[in-house]
Amino acid sequence: MRNTYIPYPVRIKKAELATEDKQLKTFLLEFLNPEDAQAFDYMPGQFAELSVSGYGEIPIGIASSPTEGDDLLFTVNKVGHVSTRMHNMREGDVMGVRGPLGNSYPLKAMEGKNIVIVAGGFAVTTLRSTMVWLLHPDHRDKYGDITFVYGARTPGLLLYGDEWRQWQQRKDVNCAITIDRAVEGWDGMVGFVPAVCEQLAPKPDNAVALICGPPVMIRFTQPVFDKLGWQPEQIIMSLENRMKCGIGICGRCNVGPEYVCKDGPVFTKAQLDKLPKEY
Amino acid sequence: MADKILAKDKLGEFLGQLKKDRQVFGPQAVEGKAQWAPLQAEKDLLWEFSNTHLSPKDFFFPQTECMMRFVNQASDEQGMIMQAEPELKQARALVNIRPCDAKAMQVLDLIFVQDQMTDDFYWRDKRDKTLLVGLACNDPCPTCFCTSMNCGPHSSTGLDALLVDLGDKLLLRTLTDKAQALAEGLPEAAKADLAQAAGLKKAAEESITSRVGMDQVNAREVMDLYEAGLWDRVQESCLNCGTCTYCCPTCHCFDIQDEVQGTIGRRVRNWDNCMSWLFTVHGTGHNPRGTKKDRVRQRFMHKFKYIPMKRGGEIGCVGCGRCVQLCPVNIDVRRVVNDMNA
Amino acid sequence: MSTTQEIAAQIREAAKRLLSEGKVDCVIGFAQGTVPMREYPYFAYTPEEAENLTWSRFCCNNLSNFLVRRPKGQADKVAIVAQGCVSRNIVGLIKENQITREQVYILGVASPGMVDRNKVQALFPLKTITEVTEDGDELIVKGLGFEERVPTKKVLRQNCYTCVMRNPVIKDEMIGEESAPTHGGNIDKVAAPWEKLAPEERWAAFQETFKDCIRCYACRDACPLCYCHVCFVDEARPQWCGKTQDEADVATFHILRAFHCAGRCTDCGACESACPVGIKMRKLTSMIEKDIRELYGYTPGMDLESQPPLSVYKPNDPQEFIK
Repeated sequence: MRNTYIPYPVRIKKAELATEDKQLKTFLLEFLNPEDAQAFDYMPGQFAELSVSGYGEIPIGIASSPTEGDDLLFTVNKVGHVSTRMHNMREGDVMGVRGPLGNSYPLKAMEGKNIVIVAGGFAVTTLRSTMVWLLHPDHRDKYGDITFVYGARTPGLLLYGDEWRQWQQRKDVNCAITIDRAVEGWDGMVGFVPAVCEQLAPKPDNAVALICGPPVMIRFTQPVFDKLGWQPEQIIMSLENRMKCGIGICGRCNVGPEYVCKDGPVFTKAQLDKLPKEY
Repeated sequence: MADKILAKDKLGEFLGQLKKDRQVFGPQAVEGKAQWAPLQAEKDLLWEFSNTHLSPKDFFFPQTECMMRFVNQASDEQGMIMQAEPELKQARALVNIRPCDAKAMQVLDLIFVQDQMTDDFYWRDKRDKTLLVGLACNDPCPTCFCTSMNCGPHSSTGLDALLVDLGDKLLLRTLTDKAQALAEGLPEAAKADLAQAAGLKKAAEESITSRVGMDQVNAREVMDLYEAGLWDRVQESCLNCGTCTYCCPTCHCFDIQDEVQGTIGRRVRNWDNCMSWLFTVHGTGHNPRGTKKDRVRQRFMHKFKYIPMKRGGEIGCVGCGRCVQLCPVNIDVRRVVNDMNA
Repeated sequence: MSTTQEIAAQIREAAKRLLSEGKVDCVIGFAQGTVPMREYPYFAYTPEEAENLTWSRFCCNNLSNFLVRRPKGQADKVAIVAQGCVSRNIVGLIKENQITREQVYILGVASPGMVDRNKVQALFPLKTITEVTEDGDELIVKGLGFEERVPTKKVLRQNCYTCVMRNPVIKDEMIGEESAPTHGGNIDKVAAPWEKLAPEERWAAFQETFKDCIRCYACRDACPLCYCHVCFVDEARPQWCGKTQDEADVATFHILRAFHCAGRCTDCGACESACPVGIKMRKLTSMIEKDIRELYGYTPGMDLESQPPLSVYKPNDPQEFIK
């Protein structure tokens, strides 16, 4: 029996500031033991507890896709004790990863369907994972049209530019990257995510939407999808709550009977409509 | 296996056998209260008491528990890697645990050990290595309501063996393989003994007059209960202290903290509780359960709605009545659940 | 002297009148508890609900605690049943700008002295008490298989025994008559044992006092002085105090809390009454109370005018304790 509280040791292979406000840093983590990499069997949408000895753990969505190899990618927002410490750590430093935790996006059930992905700001992490997974040659054929809408306040706050610039070139992705207000040097789309969604007007027929973003984005995007005729069962969201154990015991992340860490973080809007808004 | 009879003058041998390869604990009178303590002498073991002041959950889930250690030295790469705390070295036995508390441990098993990932090493290790010998309640308290909570004064769920006090002797009912050896060589209970035990059980059950209904709690939708008006009143007098959760045998929420002192580092878990404002607050300052009402409601909803929904009808309460006795503002769980059930 | 039952009836009448005249939105008092010796804080919003109000020697919570923890917008004008200590805490809350005098209508009552349920239980070790009723100066204690009479004086809470002000110091209306101001006990005797002890003995006595603490914080949460939105013990950045059961963490909590209450504590005893494991934290606070009284000549909450000594600076403040 494995003690699932013990983190796998990993080394920081790469650590890069990801946004102009220096609030987000992206880490590429490499397992110290190959057998741990083997055991860490994950799918897009899952998260892990990043563990820094002496500081604690934070739950962070996995931004890499299992199709990209053994290394794990995380983008960490500097808000608390552990994340601030991580921002000060250097390449080569050793830390821990515990997981994979939680459920994942229902990629199997999504097969044969058109997929709309809507991301706002920092919440794009596990959706990056999903996009990479969907666009992998082994998977792309199993899905219909793919629409990717991603917005941030400024160009300098957009994450994963190397990836979405490639996706923009592809014919099999409808990729809409937007910023809130026009700035010099940006020749892409301008406007809030909900407005862009309204413009693109994705059809609900045989489709699934994955929507992740700050509460204000969700609040204004929801009515757009409602107006287009989307049903709550078709809309999939990922929640965040304060967590400690990450495995459905310690009691703080629950939303009604559902533990965000174990039964989530991925829920359909139909599920959430029947639960308290404790998130 | 058939029920056996353990004469009270043979108790020393019985306990001696338990002690051979285990550390034995039992309820004893400490400062006028029944409390769990290592059993030194047979005479210290209590037979006439309602229940221990606090629950025995900390035998399996200590209030503070070191989970892992590390050497706090960044130059020592291996040092920063967490090492698990060793397993429990010696097996243990809890003697004269009340049936409600044993039932609570069984409910907690369903939460601490669910599947490959949710398999709490620390909980399981201690549970596996601890034998539970229960003592049936012949004189339940007015605050007991176990019979409404999937339990009862002579319930055997969660126990390895159950003792029933027949006055001059004890009836021993072994319930698991772990406990078989205890019954070896003991005479079988006579028909009259079994009849006496059955009579005591019936009388004990009938003496519990507190009734708590769950049928409507089970039938009502989550949001229907969540938005019910009763929470406005229940929360009014609540102090948001942790008394109810810390005395409760089934409350199991915890916090995990890293501590360092020089080069010594450890990761510890401590009991935590849903009454605390800090419990759910996000790094951003947003708090999903930001009001006292949210937190009070969470505790009752968790025990009586969420756990039954998720754990096949098991309830996060065994009716031991400790919170009824100890709540500083007398928030009586029986009243609250009956209001939920209205 | 009126019995508590007579006082209870008068409280109900006053509450009904105040609510039906619309003078207040809510009356905070006590209702009869579901277990012996534990009346509970009750909020009456209608004259019908006022029927549930009671008064007895088992009213051990400090109701002023509920003046500062009310959700915004719910019952802006409240009446509150207040004996000496509670009225002194109301004074404290007004001085500390937590409430205004106009917000509260004080139904003053002389304290009969509250019963320490732990003392009663200690008379019947391991026995189950099922009912306790007042009969004049005695309690009738019934339990599984016994019934006995106990003189109330024998089981009074220690802080009630050493109380210096049983009558309300401010009020809008007096329920019943005023009583003698004290119960005859000497509060200095509570603090006295510390003074006789050498430092290392004090530490041992301190450890013994707090050894059973389970850190539920009922003492803090029952205390009308502890209204901080985030208590120091819950602060995460920086984290002042560890969360474990280790002696240092437990001690840090109790020592710092006692100091936060210095010059403010009215010795109401709500902390001890709330404690689920029977810790006598007043052993600590009584020493601080004595220091404040002797060093600054100050007793908290006696009037609205005087300045709390630890909130003001005076050139002649005693300072020989600074080393």
